[in-house]
Amino acid sequence: MNDTPKKPKKVLNKSKVKIPMREQDPKNRIMNFDEVPLGYNADEAHQEALRCIDCKNKPCVAGCPVGIDIPAFLTLVGQKDFEGALKKIKEKNFLPAICGRVCPQEDQCEMVCTLNKPNKGREPGGIGRVERFLGDYAVEHNLDIMPDIAPPTGKTVAVIGSGPAGLTAASDMIQKGHDVTVFEALHKPGGVLFYGIPQFRLPKEILLREISGLEKMGVKFVMNYPVGKAESLDSIRERFDVVFIATGAGLPWFLGIPGENLNGVYSANEFLTRVNLMGGYKFPDGSDTPVKKIKRIAVIGAGNTAMDSARTAKRLRPEVVYLVYRRSRLEMPARVEEIHHAEQEGIDFNLLHSPIEIIDDGKGAVGAILCQEMELGEPDDSGRRRPVPIEGKVREFAVDTVVIAIGQGPNPLLSADCPELERDDRKGTIVINDLMQTSFENVFAGGDIVTGGATVILAMGQGRVAADAMHRYLMTGDPSDPEGEHI
Amino acid sequence: MGNKIVYVKELAPLTKLFEIEVAHIAERGKAGQFIILRVNDEGERIPLTIANRNPAKGTITLVFQEVGKTTEMLGLLDVGDEIHDLAGPLGKATEIPSGKTVVCVGGGIGNAVVWPQVQALKAAGNKVIAILGARTKELLILEEEITALADVTIITTDDGSYGRKGMVTHALVDLIEEGEKIDEVITIGPVVMMKFVCKATEPYGIPTQASLNPLMVDGTGMCGACRVTVDGKTRFACVEGPEFNGHLVDFDELITRLAYYQPEEKSSLEAYHRCHMDETTDNPEHGE
Ligand SMILES: Cc1cc2nc3c(=O)[nH]c(=O)nc-3n(C[C@H](O)[C@H](O)[C@H](O)COP(=O)(O)OP(=O)(O)OC[C@H]3O[C@@H](n4cnc5c(N)ncnc54)[C@H](O)[C@@H]3O)c2cc1C
Ligand code: FES
Repeated sequence: MNDTPKKPKKVLNKSKVKIPMREQDPKNRIMNFDEVPLGYNADEAHQEALRCIDCKNKPCVAGCPVGIDIPAFLTLVGQKDFEGALKKIKEKNFLPAICGRVCPQEDQCEMVCTLNKPNKGREPGGIGRVERFLGDYAVEHNLDIMPDIAPPTGKTVAVIGSGPAGLTAASDMIQKGHDVTVFEALHKPGGVLFYGIPQFRLPKEILLREISGLEKMGVKFVMNYPVGKAESLDSIRERFDVVFIATGAGLPWFLGIPGENLNGVYSANEFLTRVNLMGGYKFPDGSDTPVKKIKRIAVIGAGNTAMDSARTAKRLRPEVVYLVYRRSRLEMPARVEEIHHAEQEGIDFNLLHSPIEIIDDGKGAVGAILCQEMELGEPDDSGRRRPVPIEGKVREFAVDTVVIAIGQGPNPLLSADCPELERDDRKGTIVINDLMQTSFENVFAGGDIVTGGATVILAMGQGRVAADAMHRYLMTGDPSDPEGEHI
Repeated sequence: MGNKIVYVKELAPLTKLFEIEVAHIAERGKAGQFIILRVNDEGERIPLTIANRNPAKGTITLVFQEVGKTTEMLGLLDVGDEIHDLAGPLGKATEIPSGKTVVCVGGGIGNAVVWPQVQALKAAGNKVIAILGARTKELLILEEEITALADVTIITTDDGSYGRKGMVTHALVDLIEEGEKIDEVITIGPVVMMKFVCKATEPYGIPTQASLNPLMVDGTGMCGACRVTVDGKTRFACVEGPEFNGHLVDFDELITRLAYYQPEEKSSLEAYHRCHMDETTDNPEHGE
């Protein structure tokens, strides 16, 4: 599998910009929950792949948290060997259809791409788009590309949480020949990929299809099983040789301002869960979980979660969707594409506005949200200019719904049940050493539960590093023992 | 799936008891904890308290009232059927004292929760007085089971059709006034009832735990739908509760929050009835 494809001698497509990706028209798409970017067809993917100059130092590979051999798979696509390209990706990443859609490529592989020269009007290779094409190609052609699986080791692995960190560790561990069981508290696998990220950005069918690949490799899934409640961590540690905790950052933060418990105030998690996990947009015909009819809504925050909430809200067809953020455009943490899509869809951005109170409509529900207008002051410790209130400038938005999307803390369910597991007192995250090992010898942890809310691909990267360490631990008793690699 | 129903009993009109095979919850569940279930793949997640459990047999008992679409669909299931999704045990267990006098005040379907509490309290060597309220005699549930365990059981009905006429709070206050030395009160039932029970015990300084039933979505601390205000602070009932110091709970907020989806729930139930007219009228269990 490691045979590197032959290098093409010359660059075959000299276009300065990426092959554009077709999208649903903003006017139509806000009326449905179908996917917005339509993806490349084979021709477009081929043309885009031909833009890669296959440069010598391949900065993109180092820019990818899971180290996909990007030039190699692009070269294969350039030769129209889509299956070969898929195999290449799957050596490192078994969720290409997902990562192609949700990774912040502009901060990773594409940012460091040799082609990327914005001042000369040259765009990087459309790595994410080609990756997505390949992932979808596998789905469309029903290709089950299975990696090689090592002979059984007789060792057992428990993975707690089925988000990207857990799924990656599960995939790696089963390939190394271990017996893997994934425990998930909710009724569907995928973590944030299922309950958070909306259908129009990551269709559930694609997600479930990529996850089912794991089942085919032999990973066992136990749903509805909140570890710490259904079974203690101690008992899991006894039953399995090694445990990987990947329980995510599921605890929503609120603002702590007056009026936050009024009816019509949701955490982004609740709003998105009602609509995504529970399919509330189909209520009452295709789902039993209600979502209120919304007329005017304010979404607080500017990360991916906020963009997803605002765009989800838009599809429930309210009169207006405000996005309220206390810093400026420069600091918005969301993926560039999401911000762009939100703007296209007519989300009303209100930057440098900080919510101070949610006002009762007189019946215990939201009537309005009051915001302090801000301006940028001196840089703070993080180097970002700190927003400071503009004296006397307060603005009221008349709304009936407020969604708070300012971030999440580590999920407390498991650690609450196991106080001996070392945690960061302030953040509540699980403490690990550089081998991803917790204060319990046979328990490792990774993903948002150790980093706090981050990204899909970072969670996957951690799942991978942990899997390597757990493998060494299982084979030699020492997670840092390099001998363990070769067993 | 698992989660097979092994026993069904109708306790009162539209109120059913299910015994379900789910070994890990039977083993780990404690009084005061709950489960979350879904009836089918489009179903909503609803919380139900674990009313009883039998670790040896690997079963738990749930008691529910058919008040909405989900509980009505649940009511259509029978022995041998399996429940699509069932997760638990969730929430914190009731803190069980020992060697104390404890009054458990239940109302309506809340009596299903009083049942495991009385069991646990008795097992820890407490004197237990149960006050069970119902609107009318035929809606009173689990009287036999609780009477068999509690030291004293007092029944009240709103219409006087059985036991004492009046509210549970009257019976409770009389008990206090008669000089019964009460160390703690635990209450579970309609929110308005719990609010008044807490109001009744407050002047006497009797610690009172209320088991709250806010709306929930995930039940794992992930969404905040279940938030309640206790002592001026926001708490997530599904992980930090469901029981809280009743003297500090903002019951009015809870009442408002509980009412928020009533119009949607009503329309969902009506739509369901329109589609399933035949099934519901054919079902002998309805209107029995
Ligand atoms: C709305 C939204 C949009 C986002 N968009 C993007 C994006 O576009 N790109 C991007 O890169 N990142 C995005 N992120 C961030 C990204 O989703 C997360 O960083 C990533 O999912 C973290 O993965 P994880 O595996 O650590 O945890 P999670 O995905 O949170 O999964 C944790 C899983 O563990 C389960 N669990 C928790 N406790 C227990 C227990 N005790 N027992 C069993 N199971 C348990 C949970 O139910 C959950 O399924 C987004 C996040 C949100 C909320
Ligand atoms: S029900 Fe979602 S946090 Fe409690």
